[in-house]
Amino acid sequence: MTSRGLFSRTALVFGLVFLYVPILSMIVFSFNNSRLVTVWDAAHSPTLKWYGELLSNGQIVGAAWLSIRIALVSATGAVTLGTLTGVALARFGPFRGRTLLSGMTTAPIVMPEVITGLSLLLMFVALEQLIGWPKGSGALTITLSHITFCMAYVTVVVQSRLVGFDESLEEAAMDLGARPATVFFRVTLPLIVPAILSGWLLAFTLSWDDLVITQFVAGPGSSTLPMVIFSKVRLGVSPDVNALATIMVMIVTLGITISAVWMRYQNRRRERDEQLAAAANL
Amino acid sequence: MAQLENRTGRRLVAGIPLFWLVLFFLIPFIIVLKISFSEVRLAMPPFAPLFQWVHGVPRPKLHFGNYGFLFTDPLYVTAYLYSIKVALVSTVCCLLIGYPMAYAIAHASPTWRNVLLMMIILPFWTSFLLRVYAWIGLLKNNGVINNVLMYLGLIHEPLPMLQSDFAVYIGIVYSYLPFMILPLYANLEKHDNTLLEAAADLGANPVTAFFRITLPQSVPGIIAGSLLVFIPAVGEYVVPSLLGRTDQLMIGRVLSDEFFENRDWPVASAVAILILLALVIPIMLFQRFQQRELEAQK
Repeated sequence: MTSRGLFSRTALVFGLVFLYVPILSMIVFSFNNSRLVTVWDAAHSPTLKWYGELLSNGQIVGAAWLSIRIALVSATGAVTLGTLTGVALARFGPFRGRTLLSGMTTAPIVMPEVITGLSLLLMFVALEQLIGWPKGSGALTITLSHITFCMAYVTVVVQSRLVGFDESLEEAAMDLGARPATVFFRVTLPLIVPAILSGWLLAFTLSWDDLVITQFVAGPGSSTLPMVIFSKVRLGVSPDVNALATIMVMIVTLGITISAVWMRYQNRRRERDEQLAAAANL
Repeated sequence: MAQLENRTGRRLVAGIPLFWLVLFFLIPFIIVLKISFSEVRLAMPPFAPLFQWVHGVPRPKLHFGNYGFLFTDPLYVTAYLYSIKVALVSTVCCLLIGYPMAYAIAHASPTWRNVLLMMIILPFWTSFLLRVYAWIGLLKNNGVINNVLMYLGLIHEPLPMLQSDFAVYIGIVYSYLPFMILPLYANLEKHDNTLLEAAADLGANPVTAFFRITLPQSVPGIIAGSLLVFIPAVGEYVVPSLLGRTDQLMIGRVLSDEFFENRDWPVASAVAILILLALVIPIMLFQRFQQRELEAQK
């Protein structure tokens, strides 16, 4: 192995340690009996008491439920709008408003969240003054904001998937007399299903996780889970937050493992089908 | 007939998201710009209207006081410069840590490559807030790092690490590292190894070959990754609030405090506009890069 390979591999190992030590420490200390989060109480640990405390905390469970509902609606809305945008940018060639559209899809990805949050709230206030809708801030304004910043990510995922495919399949369907809507639903959509699925998951995670934009547009009545966690950890570390983090890491790991296995299975099946098709053609 | 259906269909497909983004992305910025020139007042909403009706004609009443205020009070100027410094240092650190990692992944075997990429992405799917919070437990005076160092006898007094610039750098580098690694990896993975082999045949040592061939070819990846870290880091709010100094705020926190604590919407808007001014060139660079990447895939 060259010295360069050795150096970069060492850096990779240290980098991964850096990425995972904080997560592992949360998991370990979620089973710690002591309230002093970082002092290990060997006599009474491991214990599940913080998990019990977490699940009996009505405020956290209520906030989690609100966050899930907002994330479900936001991800679905973001996927719909993001797919439309991705198709328009990847397939329509030059059209009026294209530059504006593509500019407005990449900008939200890097825009500092405080700016997005402030501008959305000021817009909602102005809109309410003008037409009386939306009435005050709450779940509705949070959802509208989440759709807006999540759809940019979906667009990028869908667009790059579409750009990777050439248009010959769609053109063939057109030549055979299929109407544009039929072409979209029978040819284009099945091709980009993986991108749509991963876009939906990405949007769900981003919405579920967002604190800063949500704080601006939430209003007094509705607290999402990140808002509750933030106000809790600002006062210092608390062990039930470790338990919550552990549960979330477990769910994500499980989800990613399942999707990786499923994708491998799909790939294998496609390869087998292609081989069969090739054999049949001989 | 199909032609007509085609055209209306296309208008709808492009028009719906365009309408949505104009309403929820473009117009909000225009409103921020407008309010940044308004005068604050005690009412709901807490700012004076920008246009006054004089003899039935709307006449704009621009108020530059908010911007003047930001430039005369040293609090804002230092917060602004401090944020840019923190973002720059964090970006450089991300690059120095992320580049060798991306390089190692790009040179791993295909099976390992997928596993390693998943390991880089996985933390990104878990809560950002909780990952920052984890560092409180590590960096505290009676936290894990201090306990380990004292147990090993390397230090006798706990090192005060929390609420420092160091903690902010750690937090930002930690949260944004995947954003640096992924574009770098995407770039490095496409490199053609024959160039390196040719360089080796001609007698270049690996280090020279790296600096003369690999590094210049990876400049697009470096730019993309750096922009993805730098731009959001300038306005970062969560990391400095949880890990940072209490005597030196970052500009994102200043904006949020002006809005929530002082209820001064015009000054908060002026702060937002000034942050945007610093970021307008990086954001446009990023957009051009994104478009070029997508074109190149064709």
